[in-house]
Amino acid sequence: MKAKQTNALATLLLWLAALAIVGILAWFLIFILGRGLPVLGPQFFTGPNGVGGQFFNSFYILFLSLVFSLPVGVGAGIYLAEYAPKNRLTDVMRLSTESLATVPSIVLGLFGMIIFVNVFKLGFTILGGAATLALLNLPVLVRVTEESLRNVPASYREASLALGATMWQTLRKVILPTALPGLVTGTTLVAGRALGETAILIFTAGMSVSRHLFDLRLTAPGETLAVHLYAVQANPLPGTHAGRVANGTAALLVLVALAFNLLLALPSRWLQHRLSGKRG
Amino acid sequence: MSAYKGDGVILMEDKIVVKNLDLYYGDNQALKDVSIVMPEKSITAFIGPSGCGKSTFLRTLNRMHDLLPNVKILGRVLIDGQEIYSPDMDVVQLRKRVGMVFQRPNPFPKSVFENVAYGPRIHGEVRKHRLNETVEQSLRGAALWDEVKDRLHKSALGLSGGQQQRLCIARLLAVEPEVLLMDEPTSALDPISTMKIEELVTVLKQKYTIGIVTHNMHQASRISDHTAFFLNGELIEADDTGVLFTRPADKRTEDYISGRFG
Repeated sequence: MKAKQTNALATLLLWLAALAIVGILAWFLIFILGRGLPVLGPQFFTGPNGVGGQFFNSFYILFLSLVFSLPVGVGAGIYLAEYAPKNRLTDVMRLSTESLATVPSIVLGLFGMIIFVNVFKLGFTILGGAATLALLNLPVLVRVTEESLRNVPASYREASLALGATMWQTLRKVILPTALPGLVTGTTLVAGRALGETAILIFTAGMSVSRHLFDLRLTAPGETLAVHLYAVQANPLPGTHAGRVANGTAALLVLVALAFNLLLALPSRWLQHRLSGKRG
Repeated sequence: MSAYKGDGVILMEDKIVVKNLDLYYGDNQALKDVSIVMPEKSITAFIGPSGCGKSTFLRTLNRMHDLLPNVKILGRVLIDGQEIYSPDMDVVQLRKRVGMVFQRPNPFPKSVFENVAYGPRIHGEVRKHRLNETVEQSLRGAALWDEVKDRLHKSALGLSGGQQQRLCIARLLAVEPEVLLMDEPTSALDPISTMKIEELVTVLKQKYTIGIVTHNMHQASRISDHTAFFLNGELIEADDTGVLFTRPADKRTEDYISGRFG
């Protein structure tokens, strides 16, 4: 009888914990969107204190940071998962990755500032921001790639190699396609985190935007939405409706994050269907 | 029958000749001084209790152990008189000639067509009509064509276990191998699927040299021409299947086939 009651109690508590998560998220969304959504409109982007530039910079820097980090991160992940022998060198590689993952982002930001702002004397730039942000992405990309490749059943590898395929053919035609949904999901997580990153970018991309909207120059200053939120709250200039801008920016960031997850989650499902179904 | 021990003269019809093969996993010796020949276009069954080394032996014939670290192999394996463990052996070419079917069916998560076309494609075939021909021929060769011809472009993972295993055989036939190695190919299948695979194997021996590992002695006696009995990493006895199952030379073989252990 006692076991039964304990079981009922445990079920209730776990259910409450799960409910709490949903509750907290709902409260958060209602609060942030409730204050921010009324502010959003075309004026919010293109008006006098519009965040169009910051909005663009957020994606531009994210894109560049992925361009920098994807080849290295995915490459290292593939090496560790498929090629690396078990020895001290690969242990060092794994340890380096783990260590890089635990570095506080503000320290990475300081490092980026010393390199790009002080040594190269570039000032606060999109390039410096994106390159430093790439350091934040790297370890997670390595981990995610290694994990998703390891999840591919060993029997696929054996089958392919036993047919006389080389390791590279096996990787390209069997392992990577099978691991792709995992890779896409992992990249989404990385991108989502990078999109909201502030500490690194305050020190490297700066807190101002180019006078030209959609300025593609790598040396342009690159304030992003998240940094803008920090900037207007930390140092509100009189007459700029800083509070309203902060609320609107917060809501916009949340919407972008949600949209981002949806956009990348859907192709991943589609890919899975396509690869295991029809011609892949 | 000294010929089966591989210590006599190499005959023309001996497709595979293994001499004094030792295999170590680290410090653990898994194969001890194995010598055997596999005649061309015949079925050789490898039987023995779990862990006796029969699967390990089969995997030495297409160098699948290359994928594992800490495996040491001594001795000689000759296929068509060619040393497969010599440094200038092209392993990719070897595996194309000596194909393998595994214990659990392992089709790729691709369509039926793409599974069979995989081998020819990686070996450089791009012509669509040639691929179509090869896929059809291979599926017919594996007695699967009639069952899948209307669903060639659907996922192979939707096939039954037995169909998947025949698809794996078709995938293998598509690279035009000479030797088929089968590692307990029916152990994960139901009796009807098993029967179909057995029928298929006996047809395939007209064109291929086949080595099959099985823990099912009835299967060995039903389909094979020659049988080799392994125990604790040693090849105890190899002979014509009829002889080995009726008049085994070694007491241990007799004990095993009469079900006294194993």
